[in-house]
Amino acid sequence: MHPSSWLEVNDIGLYCKPGDFYIDPMNVVHTALITHGHADHARAGHHTVYASRETLAIMQTRYGEDMADTQSEIELGCGLQFNDVTVTFFPAGHILGSTQILIEYAGYRVVVSGDYKRRHDPTCPPFEVVPCDIFISEATFGLPVFTHPPIENEINKLLHSVRVFPNRCHLVGAYALGKCQRVILALRDAGYSKPIYLHGAQLKLCDLYQQFDIDLGELIPVSEVKDKTELEGEIVIAPPSALADRWSRSLPNVRTVMASGWMQIRARAKQRNVELPLIISDHCDWPELLQTIKEVSPKEVWVTHGREDALMYQAQKMGFKARALSLVGYDEDEQGGS
Amino acid sequence: MEAFSHLLEQLYYTAGTNAKAQLIRDYIATAPDPDRGWAIAAMAGTLRFDFFKRNTVKKLITSRIDPELFAMSYDYVGEVSETVAHLWPEYTPIKPLPTLSCIVDDFASTSKQKVSATLASYLSMMTPPQRWALLKLGTRGLRVGVSARSIKQILADYGNKDVKEIETLWHAVKPPYIDLLQWLEGKVDKPDIKNAVTFHPVMLSHPIETKDIDGFSPNTWQIEHKYDGIRVQLAVNTQKVEPEKALYSRTGDDISHAFPDLLECVTGNMVLDGELLVIHNAKCIQDGMQTPEVDTFNALQQRLNKKKPTKALLESLPVGLIVYDILSLNGESLTACSLRTRRNKLERWLSLAAIPRLFLSPTLRADSPDALRELHKTVCEDRAVEGLMVKRRESTYTPGRPKGQWFKWKRDALTVDAVMMYAQRGHGKRSSFYSDYTFGAWEGDQLLPIGKAYSGFTDEELKKLDNWVRRNAVGRFGPVREVKKALVLEVAFDAVHPSNRHKSGVALRFPRIHRIRWDKPATEADTLDTIKELIEH
Repeated sequence: MHPSSWLEVNDIGLYCKPGDFYIDPMNVVHTALITHGHADHARAGHHTVYASRETLAIMQTRYGEDMADTQSEIELGCGLQFNDVTVTFFPAGHILGSTQILIEYAGYRVVVSGDYKRRHDPTCPPFEVVPCDIFISEATFGLPVFTHPPIENEINKLLHSVRVFPNRCHLVGAYALGKCQRVILALRDAGYSKPIYLHGAQLKLCDLYQQFDIDLGELIPVSEVKDKTELEGEIVIAPPSALADRWSRSLPNVRTVMASGWMQIRARAKQRNVELPLIISDHCDWPELLQTIKEVSPKEVWVTHGREDALMYQAQKMGFKARALSLVGYDEDEQGGS
Repeated sequence: MEAFSHLLEQLYYTAGTNAKAQLIRDYIATAPDPDRGWAIAAMAGTLRFDFFKRNTVKKLITSRIDPELFAMSYDYVGEVSETVAHLWPEYTPIKPLPTLSCIVDDFASTSKQKVSATLASYLSMMTPPQRWALLKLGTRGLRVGVSARSIKQILADYGNKDVKEIETLWHAVKPPYIDLLQWLEGKVDKPDIKNAVTFHPVMLSHPIETKDIDGFSPNTWQIEHKYDGIRVQLAVNTQKVEPEKALYSRTGDDISHAFPDLLECVTGNMVLDGELLVIHNAKCIQDGMQTPEVDTFNALQQRLNKKKPTKALLESLPVGLIVYDILSLNGESLTACSLRTRRNKLERWLSLAAIPRLFLSPTLRADSPDALRELHKTVCEDRAVEGLMVKRRESTYTPGRPKGQWFKWKRDALTVDAVMMYAQRGHGKRSSFYSDYTFGAWEGDQLLPIGKAYSGFTDEELKKLDNWVRRNAVGRFGPVREVKKALVLEVAFDAVHPSNRHKSGVALRFPRIHRIRWDKPATEADTLDTIKELIEH
C-alpha cells in the first residue's frame, strides 16, 4: 500500500494511521514521536512522547518534568513497534538530540527527516543517510541563493569586529536552543576564552548542554552584571526577539549582530537593524539539500516547510518524483532556529 | 575594487549619518585617485553612464542558471543585483582585483558587443558582496543611505571647507574629482569654474514674528505669495559653445532629468530663483506677465522623482516656474545688488525675453501692519498658496539664512483630533520605541486611518506614548501593533488632498503630532467628513 494512503497530513500534523501516532504534532495528541526539541516541533502536554534522551531533557527543561504523562526514551537505530508499523530513529545533525524517523510499513520505507544539516556540529552526531522509498525533506533554505559559508569565517567576522570596536557591546541574536550553543562553541574553537554573557532566556538550555558534557566555557548571566558598562567590548548572546526590545537598552553602546541563515539576504538583516550579519545556520543550504537527495536517492521526495517550490522543481529535474507536503505550523522564520 | 566593496558593505549595515560619514571620510583618506573619485560619484549619483543595462545582467544569469530557479530566487530576494550576486555560478578569485578606475575605464571603452563578456569575466572573479557592488555601480542603482547633500558635507569636513564652497563647485567639477579632492587636501589651487553652469547656494527666510509684523512699513518690504511648490534654481547658459542648462533643488541636487519640458524651452545666460509648480497654461505664455493656472502640490508630486517622465505625464501635468529672483544675468553676478535692483532687472529681462513656462512672481501691496494682516488672511483663503513672503528691498542675495532679511508667513496649520490606531517601532535612536503612529477619523462607528506621524513630540512624551502603546496593544501584524482605540492625538498638517491609495480617501500633507489629548475621549475625535471639508480645490 502506497504511503500516501496511510500517511496523512491534517491540522495537527503528520499522522501515521496504521501506527496511530503523530510526528511533531502541533496540538496535544495521545502518541507523539518528536524529531527534536525546537518549540515548533516539540510541544507540551501529549500523553505519550517518544524521543531521544536529549530531546526529552530539552522538553523537560522547557515545559517541566511533567511535560508528558509517559516519556519514552528511544535508542538510535533500534526499531520500535506500533501495531504493524516499525519505527526507527536516526541522527539528523540539526541540534543536540535531533533525529530523523524511519517508518516501515507494508513494504515501504518512509524517512521523516525533521530539520537536518550536513555540516559538522560538535553537539550532535552527523546526519545519517537512510535508504528509503520516500524522503520527507525540509526546505527552509530551499533556494539556490542560499549557500552557507564555513562557520569559522563568520565567527572570525565577529572576533574582528570585537577587535575593531573594543568599546562596543556585541549583542548577538541567536536562537536559545542550538544556535546559541553552536556560536559559543565556535567562539571557543577560535580561541575566545573570555566569559560570554547571556540573556536570561539562554541560561537553562546552556546549563543543559553542560550537563551533557558539552563544555561551553565560562558563561555569565547579564542580570548578574551590576555595572552594565563592563559589557563594553564583550559578547552578549540573546534571543533574536530581544535585539530590538527594551531589554537591550540597558546595554552600553550596542553593536547588533545576528546569527542566522537568513542573514545572507541583505534586506532580512536590514529589517532587523542588524549591523553585523553572521550567516550561521542549523539547516542545509541549497547544495547540501541536493547532495542529500542524491545520496538518499529515494523514489519520491516530499518537500515540507520552507521554499518548497524550488526544491521540488529541482528534485524533479534530477529525476525524482516530488510533491509538496504542506505541514501546518512550522515556523518558517528565524523563530524556528534557522 | 576590494576597498570600494568593503566600504559599501559597511555603509549598508551601518545606521546613523555620523557613523556613515566617518566610514566615507576614512575611505577618502586612504583610497587612491582616481578610485576614490569614482566611488564618490557612485554614491552621489553623478556617474554619467550605465556600464551595462539591467537586461544584460538578466540575460547573463539566465544563460547560466535555470530561469525558473532564477525567477523563484528573485521573487524571494526581491532585488536583481543581490540575486545575481548569490547565484553567479563561477568563481575564480583574482588577487588583487582590478581597481575601481580600471573597471570604470574598461566599461567606458568596451564596445557594445563586448559589454556582456566583460561583465561576466568580472563577476567570475568576485565574491558575492563584490558582485553586488559592481552590479549596483554599473546600473547606477547604488543606495547606501547617504544623500548627495551628505557627500558634499563629508567632502567639506574632509578638506575643512565650508559646504557652500563645495556646492558652488560641485556641478562644475566632474568625476573622478581629482582636482576637487587634491584641492581639499591643499595640494592644488581651487578649481576654476567661471564659465560653468553651477548651483548657487540659496538664500532662506525666517518665520515671521509679531514684532516683525508690527514693524512693517510699506517701502522697506516687498511682499509676494509663498507658493506651494518646490523651490528650485534654474541655471542656463546657451550662449557658449557647449550650451548647458540645469535645474537644481534648493539643496543643490540636479533634478533636470525630471523636467525636460521646462528645460527645453529656456535659453539665455542667467541663474533664476523660483518656485516649480504644475501650471496648466505653462506653454502658452507670451511675456512673463500672465496669470499662471497653478495646480496643487499634490499634482506636482506626481512629477517629482521621475527619472524619465512619460510623454503623457508631461502633457497632463506640465510644469512651469514662477520666478522671484535673479542671481546672475549675462555672466554678471547680481548677488551683491539689492533685491530692489534685482527685481527691476528681472522684470525688464523677463518681459523682453518672453520665455515660455516662466512667470514673474507678482508683488502684493499693503500699506500698514494691519493691511498686511488683512492681506495674509485673504491670501490664505486660496489653498494653492502657502502664505506670504516678506522680503527686505535692500537685501543682498546672501546664501544661508541671514537674520532680518526675508520672512515667511505660512498659513496657520490645520489640526484635527484623531485616534491612534496602530504603532510601529522607530529607527536609529528610536529603535525599540513605538514612535510611528497611524491615526484615524470616525466614519459612523468605524475608524478609518487617515495618516501616519512620527514627529512633533518631545523625548519625554515619546516615552509616555511608548509606554501607552505597550500597555494598550491588542494585536500584532508583523512589526505593527494595533492599539486600543482610546488615545486622541491632535494632529497638525499643512493640507488635505483626495487620495485613492487610502481607504479613507484622504491624504494629509506633513502631518505631525501637535498635542497628545490624554484627557479627551476617543468618541469625541473628529469625523472623516470634517476632514474632507478641508480638501483643496
